[in-house]
Order: sequence, then structure tokens, then C-alpha cells
Amino acid sequence: MRIWIPRDAAAKALGAEEVVAAVKAEAARRGVDVTITRNGSRGMVWLEPLVEMETPDGRAAFGPMTPEDVAQIFDGGPLALGLTEELPWLKAQTRLTFQRCGIIDPLSLTEYRAHGGLRGLERALKMTGAEVVQEVLNSGLRGRGGAGFPTGIKWKTVHDAPGERKYIVTNADEGDSGTFADRMIMEGDPFTLIEGMVIAGVAVGATKGFIYSRSEYPDANEVMQAAIAVARVEGLLGQNVLGSGKPFELELRVGAGAYVCGEETALLNSLEGKRGTVRAKPPLPALQGFMGRPTVVNNVISLASVPVILQHGAEYYASFGIGRSKGTIPLQIAGNVARGGLYEIAFGLTLDKIVNEIGGGTASGRPVKAVQVGGPLGAWIPVSQFATPFGYEEYAGQNALIGHAGLTVADDTADMMAMARFAMEFCAIESCGKCTPCRIGAVRGVETLDRIARGDTAAIPLLTDLCETMKSGSLCALGGFTPYPVMSALTHFPDDFTSNTREAVE
Amino acid sequence: MLDSVDIATRVEEILAAHAGTEGALLPILHSIQESFGYVPEEALPQIAQNQNISKAEAYGVMTFYHDFRSKPAGTHVLKLCRAESCQTMGAEGLATHAKEKLGLDWHETTPDGKITLEPIFCLGLCACGPAALVDGKVVGRVTPEKLDQIVKGMR
Repeated sequence: MRIWIPRDAAAKALGAEEVVAAVKAEAARRGVDVTITRNGSRGMVWLEPLVEMETPDGRAAFGPMTPEDVAQIFDGGPLALGLTEELPWLKAQTRLTFQRCGIIDPLSLTEYRAHGGLRGLERALKMTGAEVVQEVLNSGLRGRGGAGFPTGIKWKTVHDAPGERKYIVTNADEGDSGTFADRMIMEGDPFTLIEGMVIAGVAVGATKGFIYSRSEYPDANEVMQAAIAVARVEGLLGQNVLGSGKPFELELRVGAGAYVCGEETALLNSLEGKRGTVRAKPPLPALQGFMGRPTVVNNVISLASVPVILQHGAEYYASFGIGRSKGTIPLQIAGNVARGGLYEIAFGLTLDKIVNEIGGGTASGRPVKAVQVGGPLGAWIPVSQFATPFGYEEYAGQNALIGHAGLTVADDTADMMAMARFAMEFCAIESCGKCTPCRIGAVRGVETLDRIARGDTAAIPLLTDLCETMKSGSLCALGGFTPYPVMSALTHFPDDFTSNTREAVE
Repeated sequence: MLDSVDIATRVEEILAAHAGTEGALLPILHSIQESFGYVPEEALPQIAQNQNISKAEAYGVMTFYHDFRSKPAGTHVLKLCRAESCQTMGAEGLATHAKEKLGLDWHETTPDGKITLEPIFCLGLCACGPAALVDGKVVGRVTPEKLDQIVKGMR
């Protein structure tokens, strides 16, 4: 009997290892022969650890499983959820990038291939580099790390750049709170990322790739490293990729706890063994990136979406989404939410639908106050703006960002001034120090917010002015976007900033 | 405790293992910290020479990154996530509880050298916060009670 228990970090954090031990013991007690596969997560974090069992009708789900309840896997009970594929939360999604995540054994290239893997690369290997680049351009894929820059244009720049050595760098430094899509794909379907990187290499003429991951992701790094080893043995990486005669090598690098290294030029400096300080652009990394050579720097999800684009064609991918936001986006529903997890769907959903219907409202049961979209540098969106469709331009129009599509839900107990102060404090801790508006501005921001907290409302215009300076004067998104959470909190929740004054007056 | 000769020998081995690696400094520092539990100051000139950089540059890189320690941590390291998603689920209160329970502020170690308390910014466990990293193992939905159990296990 085959049983799946995720090795995903969220499942582990909620007791998956203990459940594995209990299932083994229970099976032995019953004399049942079980084979346990450690899969990725299906993304329903509130049901983790989600155990699945093979049945004649398909995989049956049980969760959230505890070591005490494992008998229910064999006998049924309140934790039996029915067939996994029929679960409404999963069924309503459009899983393209995450099509295999949670389904296959993450380290089995055989299962990867059996579920549609490598089709994209096989097709790319029959095309010219320029044709592959054109396909990605036509798909409308934009950088999923947050900037939303068209991936195909980046690739074309590197493709057209002269140079003997070019590089593909995956930005897996997913430091934004509320985001875990990169982690999930690396833990649940690492070959998708590898395949995407090899396709990128073939397209632009690069023969070496790096994945820059985080030390905060020990589980993802373990799976990714093992997957690279398997890919080498099976000929997906090496001197002769899938017998094509083309070489591609790949190395996993791990950062060291610096948030700013998620910024692409800081990442490149870090990769080169330097302090993770931001570089001024130009020169663009596409022309002078790693070691001064033409380099594609893409987010994990951007690259992991490439195989499906090549597999089914650009038109198929572009048929999803709204306006200039083509394809699907893995929403990461997080924070104080009843049903949190990863939900891949075409662009265009409203926050109301995402938070209240899909997420089921807050975990605390209290009213939703605001949702921070796009990580620590994203705006806090009040309930009054919940009708905005999820898309790059739609959010920009609301003075917000979709970022890496992480959504942090906060209930009405959240103190928005404390959140604004935290944003400045975080920026002060994580600033690389290169530019003044960020390095000094963040420190002054904390001080100014403390003045406001003491009831000095005269400091509010000062804060606004400071945010304006940081926004227009910073070199990168850390200093440049920290004003988003601060100003959105101030604009939409002014009462949280003046309550002390009121109390003092009263 | 390792003496300086032991350190030099081990560092040399680590440097040799990274020969030919492009931009090797971070992997080298990670390996050194893995070996010693921290990055000994006496290793920096050796690393600098090997990487053809100044000692100041090596020191600058080492101190830029939060992960690298200049002295050993406690036997156990408890890292609590402070990021926004965990905050919405009570991370601040949990941090206060942990600080009181351990009598520590961030980055401090108990006098018996057993437990170091550190903040961490995002473990990617944002849908099951507050999250913690306990000696490298992930833990989700940490309540004050659960934290007490974790601390008990460390003592």
C-alpha cells in the first residue's frame, strides 16, 4: 500500500516526521505492508500534515494528521477528507507551475517525466535559442519575484549580448514574509526549476547556472542539492544535456541571512563572494552580471514556469490572466488566515475572493483589518480596496505592488503604526548601507514613528516627506519600497497613528 | 577548544576543497562556521590570502552577513521568526515570553552556555506561524506552552 506524507517544511513544522513514525508503527501493528513516499505539499497548509493513501479510485486525503490519529488512515474517521483531487480548494485551481508539486516523489526523475516533465526541454532542444526566447516573450511571462519585468526581454538581452561565458542565476532568496512559493517548488518539484534553468541556458547560450538560496531554508536546500545530484547522474545536467551535445552545469549556493541579497545586483555581489551591497544600474546584469558577464537573473517561479510554457506553447500560457498579467500566479495566503497555503490561479481574482472565500477569513475569527500584499515592502491594503483584481498594473494603480504574490492577512487587533515602525526597523537592520536614503532614512523613520507614537502629530508630515525621499532617492527596492507599507498604513489607518494623542487629550 | 594550529590546518583543508570555485568566499565561510561553530578571527588572514583579497575585505564580508558568528553560540540555538506573517499570529508576544523565560534579549546566550536566542526573518512558514527554527529544525504554530516544552528539552 502506498502512502504519501509530505517532506515540505510546513508539513514538517506541523509534525510530519512524527506522523511518519506513527504510520510505520501502526502499519507494523496491523501487519500491513506500506511504502511511504515523501512528497511535496499540495499547498493546503491548514491541512498539513496531509497524508494520502492510494485507493482504486485515486489518492485519498487525511488531515491535519496527528500521530494519535493515524489509525484513521486505515479505518476512516473524521480526518478522512475524500479523494485529494476532489477537494474543492485544490479542484478550483489552475495548476501550471505547480502541476506536479505534492503529486510526485520530488527526487524521482522517472515520476517527473511520467507527469509531463522534460517535455518543455525536449522541445526547446529542437529549437534555436532565438526561437525559445521568442516563445517565452510570446507567453507574456513577467518576473514573478516582484518587479514584473518581461522575462523574455531579459533573455533576449542576454541572448544578443556578445560573450563566451554567460550565466543563469536563479534568485531563490525568498526573504519576503508571506511568501513560500519558491520554497514549496524547491521542496516539492525541484526538477521543474532545473528544467527551467536548462531551457534558459539553451535559449541564451549559457552553460553554467547558480541557484542562490537562503540559509533559512534548510529543507529546500537539502532537496535541491539532492535533485541536482540526480539530474547529473541522469544526464539532465552535465556536458551532454539529454544527449543533445549541449553542456549545462548547475550549483546551489546558500546565502547567509541578508535580506537585501534578494535584490538581483546584491545577490550577484554575494555570489561573487562580496558584501551583498546593491550595484547601480546600468550596467544591467543582463549585460554585466555575475563576474561581469551576461547573466539572466530570474526568480524561482519565473524559471519554474518556463517548462510548462515550452510544453504547451506560449499561446496556451498566455490564454490565462488579465490585461498584461498573463498566465497563472501562485498566491501565497498567509498570516492570520483560516485556510492558508498556496493557491495557483490565473491573474484577476479580487482580494475579497482570495481572503474571504478561499482563505476563509481570519484564523482568529475576528474581522480582517488589512492585507499586506507583496512582502515587507508591499502596501497594506484595507478592506475598502478588496475589489481590485490581482494584476501588476491593477495594483500599481492603487499605489500597491503584487510583489511575489504573498498575502499577509491581519485581523482588527493589528496596530498599523507598529507595523509601519517594524517596516522601518526592518529596513534599518537589512539596509546594505550603499545609499543614504535607505541607510539613514530607515533609522530616522523609526525615530520619527516613535515621536508620533508619543503623540507628536507634527512628525507626521515629516514621515511623509521622508518616505518621499526614500522612494525616489534609493538605489533599490529595499529603501525605495519601504515607504509602501509605511504610507499605506498611515493613509488607510490614520487613527492608529493618532490614538495616543487622543488618549492624552482625553 | 581548538588551538590555533588546529584551526589553521582545518581552514587550509576547507580552502583546498574550494579551489577553483567561482566566488568562493561565502561557501568557504559557511564551511568554516560548520566546522568550528563560528568564524575564528585568526582564520580571516588565511582566507584573505587564499582569495587574493585584503584582510579588511574578508572581515567586511564576514560581518556583513547575519549568519556568521565571531564567537561560538550556545549548545542550542532557538530562532524565532519576527516577520509580518508571524506577527499577525502573535510572534511579538511569543518573543516577549521567550525573552522573559530565558532571561535573554536577542543574540544573547544563557550564562550556562546552553541556549542562544536569535531573531530570524521568515522561514517560509507564513501560513502556520508563529514559526521557529530549533537547532535547524522547523516548528510551526508555536504557542508559549509549546515554547516552554522546547526550552525544557534544551535544558
